[in-house]
Order: sequence, then structure tokens, then C-alpha cells
Amino acid sequence: MPMLEIKGLHAEAGGREILKGVDLKVKKGETAVLFGPNGSGKSTLLAAIMGYSHCKVTAGSILFDGTDITHLPVDERARMGIGMMMQRPPNVMGVKLGDLVRAAAGGDDVGIKAAADFRLERMLDRDVNVGFSGGEIKRSEILQLTAQSPRFVLLDEPESGVDLESIDLIGTKVKDLLYRRTNCGRRTDGCQAVSALVITHTGQILDYIGADVGYIMQEGAIRCSGRPTDLLNDIREKGYRDCISCRMVVPS
Amino acid sequence: MKHVEKALTKKAAHGPDVDITKYEMGPGSMDAIDDLGKAPRDLAEKMGEVGVVTDEGARDGSLLIVNNAVGHCSLRVSDGMELMPLDRALEKYDGLKDHMWKLVEPDKDKFTATAYTEKATGYFIRIKEGHHIKNPIQTCMMIGKDRSIQNLHNIIVVEKGASCEIITGCATGNQAGDSLHIGISEFYVKEGGSLTYSMIHSWGSGTVVRPRTGVKLEKNARFTNNYVILHPVGTMQSAPVVHLDGEGASCRLNTVCLAHKGSDVDTGGTVYLNAPDTSAEIISRSITKGGRMVARGRLVGNVEKVRAHLECRSIVLDDGGVTLAIPELETKVADVEMTHEAAVGKVERDKVEYLMSRGLTEEQAVGMIIRGFLVGGIRGLPEELERDIDEAIEQANLGD
Repeated sequence: MPMLEIKGLHAEAGGREILKGVDLKVKKGETAVLFGPNGSGKSTLLAAIMGYSHCKVTAGSILFDGTDITHLPVDERARMGIGMMMQRPPNVMGVKLGDLVRAAAGGDDVGIKAAADFRLERMLDRDVNVGFSGGEIKRSEILQLTAQSPRFVLLDEPESGVDLESIDLIGTKVKDLLYRRTNCGRRTDGCQAVSALVITHTGQILDYIGADVGYIMQEGAIRCSGRPTDLLNDIREKGYRDCISCRMVVPS
Repeated sequence: MKHVEKALTKKAAHGPDVDITKYEMGPGSMDAIDDLGKAPRDLAEKMGEVGVVTDEGARDGSLLIVNNAVGHCSLRVSDGMELMPLDRALEKYDGLKDHMWKLVEPDKDKFTATAYTEKATGYFIRIKEGHHIKNPIQTCMMIGKDRSIQNLHNIIVVEKGASCEIITGCATGNQAGDSLHIGISEFYVKEGGSLTYSMIHSWGSGTVVRPRTGVKLEKNARFTNNYVILHPVGTMQSAPVVHLDGEGASCRLNTVCLAHKGSDVDTGGTVYLNAPDTSAEIISRSITKGGRMVARGRLVGNVEKVRAHLECRSIVLDDGGVTLAIPELETKVADVEMTHEAAVGKVERDKVEYLMSRGLTEEQAVGMIIRGFLVGGIRGLPEELERDIDEAIEQANLGD
């Protein structure tokens, strides 16, 4: 059984249909990468999986670990093991990062203790995301996810808007997040590994986490699949338009 | 005296009008409670709700007024401070001529006129020159009789270079929901002195609350006023007036308010910046949960080189409530820096869901955001008060 199975998903955001029949499977322990031009619906797809209400599912279904979660509230999905790193999370005035990290860990201090490893120990008393730099936002998102310890991770452009030094830290921490449940070095079904669906434009994050399969999204649907590095090379060489016209393979 | 008697029927400038004749003056005597730890259980519980502790070890002074009688007055620290019922201070200090009715006009409205013409109960606190009182002084104002008036007049004098923190808890007993609280307060902070005055309330859903407060600050004096009202109230109208008369004086008026269904809350304050280098901040954070909430603030810059900021922010949780933010800035001189911002909105869905995506329930997420909204960004709130606020927020079931 796949960890995530999306069937014929249609969804609206801002009164416009963005997802126009998405079919996608992510296996247990698999890292899938989502490429696609701006506005193709990648972030909306992640929002639909997490259950954010600005994205309204109009048809199709989302199954997580065999359970239909299409219409479950966000918190239930989170408690089932889905965690998301947003590209631009909202500022939450008055809520301290430390309090949120603690709440994400179910009241445990495990995340607080790890804050220094994320270079965030001085940010714990700050309001969540308020006045954070690009790198601080990403590190704070991954710290929250680490505290939350999800089984399935949605990462929306984890490397965008950060300096090189931060990319290294972010890449390493995302890797820890995905591999922490296994000592066997490679994630397989038997290792209870964390699955991931990652949006990236540059592919930089793949230097850290690797990826098992890649998909290209265009105009609200998955248009192509293949080895992530091959897809990335094709996109770099030919751009999305040619890349997609060349393959036009919709994954099974 | 005649002009004050005339004012006995004079409507107040703000807030719904009240027919005082439907209330009678509350009892003026009671059995003294020597040890707050031995206070009757219902009284002790009510005190606890409003930040007044029965373990007096944590307080350097305690005073309890029930209706119009002082039931307890004790000092743990006698060096450097005085705490006594107002009538004793009037005797001791020749009628407190320099302090009685100097900052509040007796004929301002029917409430001040009532406090002036009827004999008001109250307390007198004096912090002597150069003394810093370590632990808070607590005062508790309880109304125990239905359809009665609590008629108070309190005087605080913080002398040169002295400082203290006062926590006042106001509450009504379970059987006294329909009552009227009148409270005249006159605070004097002398040169270099500092006063933090925090009020936390638990009134009945029909209680009418009309405090009238005047504050005078001398050179480099500081004053922080924290007004917290998170439980239901009938109608409440409060607007302290602060005079920054000495160079370098500063004040901060914080209001944290939750207007429940059926509650009509009108809060705010006026600060007159009368000397150079004075500064003032009026900060109001309120939530309307079906009630009426008016947040006023008025800053008047009367001389050059003053700084003042006013901020009214409000969240409307349920339809049916009313929120009104009225910020005012006034000056006749050029070289001042005065700003205001006002914002009325809702708990934003994207923020709630962001917290929910970390596994918090919707109720927990809304509670966390509201707590942050109410107390985050307010400087000068005592930690203890934050804990009381947390409890009150929890009780209010804001995520419903």
C-alpha cells in the first residue's frame, strides 16, 4: 500500500481551479520530487494534502496510509503523521517560537533542546516568523517538523531564499528528518522510513537528501515522471515546455 | 458643595447612563478578618480569581474591602511604607488636603458626585522617599450585596525616588451580580518615583463599574497601569487621566480586555504631556466575543519634545458584538512625535491552520493566538498577571 495515494484530484484556490486531475503515489520511505513552472499548482497540491482551507477540493481523493483524508481537518492529518514545511509561513504575533516548538512535540522539550543545532536558540523567545530572515524561517520550519516527528513530510522549496551556509544546515537537517528512524543508511519499506514530497526549482536540496522519483507538474496535473536527476537535466537544458512535450508520460 | 450636589444627576461623558437610585449604599461594617488565610472559602476563591493571594508571604502589604468596609489591613514590611484605611489617613494627615479631590473633579459626573457627597471608603498607600518595596502590595475590592453601591476613594503617594507595585483585584460575590462599583483613585508619583498598578477583575454579568482615576507624575517619574478584564461584566467605563507634569516623566496604560456577550466595555485613557521629554504609551488589546467593546485613547502634547504612541488592536471572534476604536492625538506645538495605530480584525485562518499543522487542535491554536495577541507586545505586565490571564483565557473557551 502506498503511503500517499492521490486520485483524480481537482481543487480550487482563490476562486480558480488550480488542480485539474492530479494522480500521484508516494511509497513508504520514498522521496518524491515535484518540479514544474511557477503557477503549475505544486504548492496548491501540498496545501491540499495538508488540508489548508484556502485550497478547496472539488473532486477526487487523497488517501494516506490507506485512510481517506480528503476532508479531514488539518490537525487530524498532522496527528496521523503528515508534516509540512511551508515556503512562506505566516507571521504569528505574540506566539513564541519556543512555545510552538514545544507544542509541536506534544509538550516535550526535545525540540527546545535541539534549537542550538539549528542556530535558533536565541529565536525561541521571538514571535513566530516575525522579522525572521529567509534562512531563519526555513530553519525554524525544520526545527518545528523535527519536534513534530512526522511520517510523511511535505517540503515546499526548502532551499529558496537562503544563503549557502544555511542551505548546508537546512540540507543536513532535512536529511536527519527523513532518515532518523533508520540505522540502515538506505531507506526501504522495512526501515519504517519517512516519506517525502519535495518541491524544488534548483534541485540543490537533492544534494543532501537524494530522491527516488521525480514528477513534473504543468497546468494543474502531473505530466511526466522519471529519475529526478534526468528530469532536472532535461528541464535545465530544454526548459519545461520542451521537456514536457518530449516525454508526455503520465505515471501509472 | 452645591455644584457637586447638582452633579448628582449629571450623565457621564461616556458609557451607558445609570440610574443610581435603583441601588442602595452597601454595608459599611463587617467582622474583621485578621488572617487572609482564614477568609471564608467563597471569599478566598473570588480573591484567587483576581490575583489576590491569601498567603501573605508573597505580598508586602494586603488590604481587603468588602462592600464599604475595610475587613483586613496588614503590612509585612513596615519600613518605608504606610497602608491604611482612608478614614484613618484623613485623621492622621489633616484631611489629606493636598491629595483629596485634586486630580478628579467632584462634579465631573454623577459617580464622582456620589463619591464626594456620600462618605467613601478606601485606602491610603504611601511609599516613603527613597524606599523600594520589594514584593507587590495587594488590595482587593469585593462587592457582596446585590443591588448595592460600593463607594471607594483611594489615594496612593509614591515619594521621591521610591517605587512599588500594586495589584488590585476587584470582584463581585455570586449573589451580588447586579451592583454598582464607584472608585475614585488619585495617584501621585513624585520625582524619580515609580508605580506599577495592575487591576484584574471578575465582576458579575450585571455589574456596573465606573472608576474615575487621576494620576500626576513629577520629574522623571514613571507609571504603568495594567487594566485586565477578561470575565463578563454588565457595563464598565474607565478612562484614567494622567498628567505628565515633570520633565522626563513617562507612563504606559495597558488594557487587556475580553468583551463577552452582554458585556459593554468602554476603556481608554487620556495623557497630558505637559513637560519636555515626557513620553506616553496607550496600548489596548481586546477581543469581542459577542459583547460591545470601545477602546479610547487620547494623547495631548502641550509642549515641545514629547513622544507619545497609541495602539488599539481588536479581534472580533463572534458576530453580534461591536468594536469601536477611537484614537485621538492633539497638539498645538510643532516639535512633537505622536503616533497612533488601530486595527480591527479576526483570528486569521491561515495562522490557525499553520499551528494546527503542527498537531494542535483548533481550540488550542486559537487559544495560543489569542493569548499571544492579548499579552504579547505589551510591555510591563507582571509575570504573575500573565499567569492569571492564561487561566482566564482557558476558562473562556475561546476556541469554541
